[in-house]
Order: sequence, then structure tokens, then C-alpha cells
Amino acid sequence: MPQPQVDFTITRLLDAEGKLSGDLPALASEREALIRLYRIMVLTRRFDRAAINLQRTGALGTYPSIEGQEAVGAGIGFAMRADDVFVPYYRDVATQIQRGVLLEETLRYWGGDEWGMHFAHQPHDFPVSVPIATQACHAAGVAYAIKYRQQPGAVVMTCGDGATSKGDFYEAINLAGVMRLPVVFVVNNNRWAISVPLRKQTAAVTLAHKALAAGIDGYRVDGNDALAMTQVMDEVLQQARDQHRPALVEALSYRLGDHTTADDASRYRPADELEAARTLEPLVRFKAYLQNSQQWTEADDEELYAGCDREIAQAVDTYRNYPEQPPGEFFDYMFATPVTDLQQQKQRWLEERKRHG
Amino acid sequence: MAEWTILEAVNHALATAMREDESVVLLGEDIGINGGVFRATAGLQAEFGEQRVLDTPLAETVIVGMAVGMAAHGLKPVAELQFMGFIYPGLDQIISHASRLRNRTRGRLSCPLVVRAPYGGGIHAPEHHSESTEALFAHMPGVRVVIPSSPARAYGLLLAAIRDPDPVVFLEPKRIYRLGKQQVKDDGKTLPLDSCFVLRAGIDLTLVSWGASVKETLEAAQQLAQQGIDAEVIDVATVSPLDMKTILNSVQRTGRCVIVHEAAQSCGVGAEIAARLADEGISSLLAPVRRVTGFDTVMPLYRNEDDYMPGVNRILLAAHDVMEYR
Repeated sequence: MPQPQVDFTITRLLDAEGKLSGDLPALASEREALIRLYRIMVLTRRFDRAAINLQRTGALGTYPSIEGQEAVGAGIGFAMRADDVFVPYYRDVATQIQRGVLLEETLRYWGGDEWGMHFAHQPHDFPVSVPIATQACHAAGVAYAIKYRQQPGAVVMTCGDGATSKGDFYEAINLAGVMRLPVVFVVNNNRWAISVPLRKQTAAVTLAHKALAAGIDGYRVDGNDALAMTQVMDEVLQQARDQHRPALVEALSYRLGDHTTADDASRYRPADELEAARTLEPLVRFKAYLQNSQQWTEADDEELYAGCDREIAQAVDTYRNYPEQPPGEFFDYMFATPVTDLQQQKQRWLEERKRHG
Repeated sequence: MAEWTILEAVNHALATAMREDESVVLLGEDIGINGGVFRATAGLQAEFGEQRVLDTPLAETVIVGMAVGMAAHGLKPVAELQFMGFIYPGLDQIISHASRLRNRTRGRLSCPLVVRAPYGGGIHAPEHHSESTEALFAHMPGVRVVIPSSPARAYGLLLAAIRDPDPVVFLEPKRIYRLGKQQVKDDGKTLPLDSCFVLRAGIDLTLVSWGASVKETLEAAQQLAQQGIDAEVIDVATVSPLDMKTILNSVQRTGRCVIVHEAAQSCGVGAEIAARLADEGISSLLAPVRRVTGFDTVMPLYRNEDDYMPGVNRILLAAHDVMEYR
């Protein structure tokens, strides 16, 4: 069996100006795919903005922003196949929209309705995990099930940089190494875990170093470069599926927004750091690349943005028109079969509701 | 029919479940070639292979967390936690995920897993090896907590737990693991979850217990019978969700109730039963509901553990108090 490799160099194909360096990736010759990749990022960016606006007007609950990290999710989703399984955290709209999760479903979840994670068109991906790093363990379990059943797919788990400090994360990557599981752990290193910067999170030189101790492959990739993300994910997923080689991918990005709409990053984050990070963000460089290589025009760009905004407006409309849950439905999904006590509690609650209006 | 201890019944239930369903997979520490520290999984790796009886790394969070992932993706994992005292790293996974996956996906995903753990005191074990913290799990919505107290119930309830489409915490009273054998038919038949078992019919007093304490409760009932007091003995078996119907029916007839459990008193499952009796059975009660329980202390190390355990004498005292109440 080949020894696990950890590559500490950062894979980057597109620089901040959108210039391609090194060998041409296969994707570079596929105009339609490049535009699709770009559109996923734009759609995610515009959706993110729309969701924050909805929250500000009281039409959505607390929502975690994605701005600046669109390329991480775009690349993951682009490389995944239908028979892979996605085990996300909560900044993964760019991947989820490629997995069949509807924008209106994401709004419905953050809008306080469990049906938002029912995913009408995605049968087996996990709902977002709110408790940090716990999902790393689920990913290992799904990967074991895939391997045990000799199914073709692999599992992708995502988490933030803060999650790598947790025991769940270490236990899961260690177990994945021992059991040779078809799973890829992607760390969206956006440098901040709410107000705690990465330097207070770990003394490890890079987060990819953590792969060393687990005996799994480790990679670092420019998470603001959608081409590099797609290429690295393609490679590690292929190895996970075909050789059951687990991997840890540290995707270097930056959280341009607040942690959530309940957070104010200006309390703790230096303004100059934010400004510097903005120059490296993923959409600007990808647009420049399309302009340089695909004769992408401002008119093309405006049309694409308009199309995304129409799609989002429709999703918002659908979201606003979802029916309310029937009263007391929250009792009904605790167990597969009715439980006497719960039925009694529900009945009593419904009667009380009738009595008091 | 074979004669089994509880431990052997657990072993046979696991083997039977694995033979009938390839998706049943066992995981845990030392459960493979070693057969588990109590030998509950003895011989199973030899029969079913390393892919179905997994020796995991020593990491309780990922044992339970992995089981969540397996269960959500079509397997029926049965995780062994070596002792209840070491289950707590996995508590987060049970509370935050296993118990709510069905609800938070509105039934799209579910979590048909079993977490088994030996629990309770009385075997002169080291620190952290003797606690009874079933109430922690009983308090959590969305998870069943099942505790057998005989070989037949260990077999039938464990099979039911494995076949159940929702998560079950299955706590095995290790003090009576090897105490006495019982004839059990290895016929793959389950016993009902969410149901109490009436072990002894009686008309004067209802004694309610579960786990290893059922043994002392039955002994107390026998002594009471010699004194002319006819006690009904109920093994709760599924401590969450509770089968209050059976308990209420009994107390309606007897008017008197003593609840016996090894766990600390405050906020124990006994408190819930007593509260429900006060709420739904007050008109039948002829005396206050009494609890004979462990104490709100740390479980003493083994030199003094007997002082902590609810023994026959304490049960008898409470029974007499309740009988004499006017």
C-alpha cells in the first residue's frame, strides 16, 4: 500500500489577477464548464447577500455568511458525483446547490422550519451540522458503510479551521486512517472561528500537518481559486473512491463577512486585514480569467448576474409562500412509530391551544 | 431450549441479529478477538469477520459518531461502550445527532443504531466503573433507553432494539450479567419495547424497578409475601419512553407504590414515575409514593459501595412505611 503523502505546498492555478500558472488544467478547455463553475460562485454570492438582507428585515433567522469562500464549495461540488455523499457544516451552499439542495430549502431551514433539511431532490447527503466537528465522525461512518457495501462513492466532509481543534476531528481522521476509509475531510480555513484567529487555534505550522499524525494524505490548496479547488478535489476523490485513500484538504480562504448575522466582526478583526483579504477573493480573479481566456464580456457578466438574481428572487418567493407546519407537527418526527406518551402530550397541547386560542 | 446467563443471551441476540441481517455491524473497543471485556461479543468476530465486528481505536466520540453515520447510510450498527462511565464522550453524538436526525430531516434520514453499555455497581470495580446514569439518556427526546433484567428479556429486548428504526441506548446490568441462568429459546423472537413487564402479580403494593435492582425487589416481594403483603413487581425495562399505563393500572389496584433504582435519587427516572403517578393516579393513591434509590453522592469506591446500593432491607422498610401509612 502506498504511504500517505502530505504536500505542504499550496496548489494554486489562478493568481489574484486571474492569471493561470503551471500546466493547463483539463477544465481550461471547457468553456461551458468554466462558466458553470463561475455561475455557482456568483449564485452563492448573490444568495448570501439576499439571505443576509432577509435576516435584516426579519424574514429569516440567524444566518451564517459565505462571502469570500464561494470557491471552496464550488470546487467540492464540481468534483463530487451523485453517488458520493456530502456531510457539510453550515457554509456550504455552493456545494449543496450542486447536490440538488434548493435555495428555497436553505432559506426554509434558516427561516426556522425543519423541512428545509428534508431535501426533496437529495436523498442521502447529511443536513448541515451545527455542533462543530461532530460531523467528521458521521463522515467516517458513512464511508465505512460505503466500503462495507462495496459501493462506488466516497464521502466529503467540510468544517472550519476551528473544528480542527476538536477531539471529534482528531478521532475521525485517525479512524479514517486506520480503516482506510473513502472519505475526504475538507477544512475551510477562513482564518477565523467567530472571534478567535487561527494563531490562537493551533501551533501547528499548517492544518494539513494534522494529516501526518493520522497517517492520511494531506493537501493545501488556495481555496479562493475555484480551478485549483476543483482539481485537488477531483484527485483526492478519485483516490478515495478507487483506492480507499482518505485525505485531509486544507482550503485557504477568508471569511469576508461576519460569523453569522448575530456577529459583528469589526469588534475583533483588523480592518486592514479584511481589506487585504478582499483583494484575494475568488470571484474577481475568476471573472478576470474568463475575460482573458474566454472573451467573457461585461455584458456576459451582467446577464449571468441577472440570471442568478432572477433564480434567487424565485427561491425567495417560494420560501415566502411555503405553508406553515400543521400545529404540533413537531411531535410527529421523533420516532418512526407513534409513542403513547408523545401522542398524549400532543393531544393535550392541541386541546390547550384550542382552549386558550 | 438453552440455558443462558444475561451475558450469553446478549451474545446470542447479537449473533442471531447478524445472521438474519447483513447490515448489522458491531463496533467498539476490544470487542473482536478479545470478545469484549465482559465477553459479550465472544466468538462473533470469528463467525462474522473483521468487517462486521470492528475493533475501533480507543475513541468513544467516534465510536458513537461513526455509528450515526453508518446508521444514516443503511447499516444497523451496534456500538459497545466498554463501561457506562466511558460513554460520556459519545453523549454529544447521542444527544446532538442520533436522537434528532429523523426529526431535523423530517424523516429523510434516520438513525437505527444501538449503543450498548454495561452499567451499575456492585461488582467491586474501580472508580468510574459502577455508575447508573440512565436518566441522562432518558431525559433526551428521540432516544429509547432499554434495560433488561433477565436473560430472556436481554435476548428479546436486544433483538427488538437492533430491529427498531430509531436509536436505542441499551444498558446491561453487569452485576447480574452472570447471575443465574434461564431457559431461553433462540428463535429470533423479540419482546416489546416501550412496555413494562409484570414479574409478579399482587394486590397490596406495587414495586417498580429496573436493571439489577429488580433482583432485590423480587427478593423483597418474597419476604413481604411471607409477612402477608402481596406485592406486584414491575420491571420497567424501557425507562424511556415510559409505559405509564401498566404502572398506573397496577397502582389503581394497589393504591401504594415504591420505586427502586440504583441511580442517584434527584431527577432520576423514579422522579418521573412518581410525578406521573401524582398527576394521573392521585385518586388511587392511598399513601405517598416512596423511592428507594442510590444517593445524590459520588458512587463510593468498592469498600463502601454496598452502603450506597438499595438493598432488600431498605426496600422492605419503605414497603412497610407505605403499607402502614394512614
